[in-house]
Amino acid sequence: MRRLALDFAASRVALAAAALLALLALAALLAPWAAPQNPYDLAQLDLANSRLAPGARFWLGTDDQGRDMLSAILYGLRTSLTVGAVTTACALALGVALGVTSAWLGGGFEALVMRIADLQLSFPSILIALVLLALLGQGLDKIVAALVAVQWAYYARTARAAALVERRKDYIEAATALALPGRTIVLRHLLPNCLPPIVIVAGVQTAAAITLEATLSFLGLGLPITEPSLGLLVANGFAYILSGQYWISVFPGAALVVLVVAINLSTDRLREVLDPRSRGLY
Amino acid sequence: MLRYLAVRLLQALAALLAMSAIVFAAVYAIGNPVEILVNPQADQQEIARAVAALGLDRPLPEQYLRFLAHAATGDLGRSFAFDVPAIGLILERMPATLELATCAMLIALALGLPLGLWAGLRPRSATGRAIAGLSILGFSLPTFWVGLMLILVFSVQLGWLPSAGRGPTIPLLGVPVSFLSLEGWRHLVLPACNLALFNLALVTRLARAGTADAMRQEYVVFARAKGLGEAHIVATHVAKNVLIPIITVAGLEFGSLIAFAVVTESIFAWPGMGKLLVDSINVLDRPVIVGYLCIVVVMFVAINLAIDVAYAWLDPRVRGALA
Repeated sequence: MRRLALDFAASRVALAAAALLALLALAALLAPWAAPQNPYDLAQLDLANSRLAPGARFWLGTDDQGRDMLSAILYGLRTSLTVGAVTTACALALGVALGVTSAWLGGGFEALVMRIADLQLSFPSILIALVLLALLGQGLDKIVAALVAVQWAYYARTARAAALVERRKDYIEAATALALPGRTIVLRHLLPNCLPPIVIVAGVQTAAAITLEATLSFLGLGLPITEPSLGLLVANGFAYILSGQYWISVFPGAALVVLVVAINLSTDRLREVLDPRSRGLY
Repeated sequence: MLRYLAVRLLQALAALLAMSAIVFAAVYAIGNPVEILVNPQADQQEIARAVAALGLDRPLPEQYLRFLAHAATGDLGRSFAFDVPAIGLILERMPATLELATCAMLIALALGLPLGLWAGLRPRSATGRAIAGLSILGFSLPTFWVGLMLILVFSVQLGWLPSAGRGPTIPLLGVPVSFLSLEGWRHLVLPACNLALFNLALVTRLARAGTADAMRQEYVVFARAKGLGEAHIVATHVAKNVLIPIITVAGLEFGSLIAFAVVTESIFAWPGMGKLLVDSINVLDRPVIVGYLCIVVVMFVAINLAIDVAYAWLDPRVRGALA
C-alpha cells in the first residue's frame, strides 16, 4: 500500500490531479459554509443583480435569477459528486457481486448474466440512459438508478475476467483443499485479489457517471431544477451565450471539466502503478 | 460460411425482436399521454374519442402486437405531436444525422491516425507525451460543453461560423446534403468537430498503443535487420497491423456517434433524428420514440453483423475454422 502511494506520487501530474480532486471534494462538502450565499434560498436572491458580469462583488458573475455563480457551482459540485459516488458504489457492488458469482458458479447463471451484459454493452450508454430516464422520470434517485443500470455491466465483466484468472491459481486450490466454505474462499481470498482492475474501472466509470449525468441534465432529462447539478447550470446559461454572457455557462462547465480531468488523470496514474506492463509506454 | 451467416442472421433477428419488446414495454409505461396530448379543458367525451383514435384504450400486449404487425410493414404509428407517420418523420431527418456522423468519423480518423502513429513511435518525446495527455483531455471533456465553447469562440467572439441549423442543402440522388456547398460546410464544421472529439481521442490512443506495441514485435526487428528504412517499416509493416483493430473500432463506434449526435444536434439545432428524439421525449411523443429506437437498434444490429461477417471473411484463422 505504501509502495503504491509512493509510486503514485512519483508522477507530479497525478499528484496535482489527486490534490485538486481532494480540494474539489472538500469545497463541495463545505459548500453550505463556504459559499457566499445559499443559491436556492429565494430570499437571498435579488433580480436587480441578474446577469452581472464577473466582478468584485460576484467573482464569477450572476445568472438570470441574480444567483451568485460561485455559490451555484459549489452546490452543483455537491450534486455532481454525490451522483458520481452513489452511482459508483451501487454499480460496483452490483456488478462485482454478479461478476465474481458468475466466475465462481459458471454454468447457466454465468451465461445469463454475461449475455445480458453483452447485449447492454453493445449499445451506447447515453442511449440506454436516455430511454430509462424517459421511462422513470426526473429525480436524483432515478438518475442514479439509470446510471447504475448502465454501468453495472462494466464491473461485472471486469470482475468476472479477473476472477476467472485468479480462481485457477494455487492459493484458491489450497483454500479449496482445506475445505473452507465457498463463501469464505470467494470473499476472503478471491475477491481481494480481483480488486486492482476493478479499482481502475471504478475510476473511469465515476468520471463517466458524472459526465453522463451532466449531459442528461443539460438535455433537460436528468435532474429537476430543484436539485441543480453542474450540467443544469450550463444548460441554464446556454440561452445567454449568443448574447456574449458567457459566464453563466462557461464557469460551471469548467468546474465539471476540472473535476472529470482530475479523476481521469488520477485513474490513469493508478493504472500505471497497478499494471506494471503498461509502464514502458509512459 | 453460409451456415455461419444464417446463424448470425437469426441471432440478429432474435435480438431485434427482444429489443423491440423491451423498448415498447418501457416507453409505453411512461405516464399518461392523454394528459399531454388532449386539451386540458376537454370534456370526458372528447378525451374518450382521442384515446380511441390513438388506440390507447387497448391492453398493452394488444397494442404491442398491433405495433409489431404494423412495424413489419414499415408503419410505426403516427406521431402524436405532428400527426404524420412517425417513420417518415424519422427517415426525413436521418440523412442529416448520417452526414454529421460520417463527417465526424472521417475527422477522427484523418487526425487520430497520424497523431497516434507519431506518439507511438516516440512515446518518450515531448510531442508524444503531449499527444497522450491531450487524448486523455479529449476523453474527459463533456461533448455538450465543448459544443458550447465552439459556439462561444467561433460564432460569438470571432463570428466566423454559424451556430445553428444545417444551412442550405443540395439534393444528391434525392437526399438533401450539406457538404456540397460552401455555406453547407460552414454549418457542418463545428458540429462535426464537436461530435468527432471523443473518437479522435479514442483513435489516437488506439493508434498510439498499437504502434508502440508493434514496434516491439519481432517482425520489426527482423525488418530492421534486413536493412529496411524506418519509414518503410512503419508504412508497410506497422501501419497494417495497427489499422485492423482501428477499423473494427471505427465500425463499432459509428453507432455510438449516431447516439451521441443526440447531444451535438441539440446544441447546434442540427435538424437530425437525435434532436427529434429529445424533443419527442419532452412531449412524450411515444410513436416517434419507439420508431427512433427501432431504427437505431436495426442499425446497430446491422453494423455488428457486418463487422462480424467482415471479420470472419478477413481473418484467415476465423475463416479456416468456419470452412
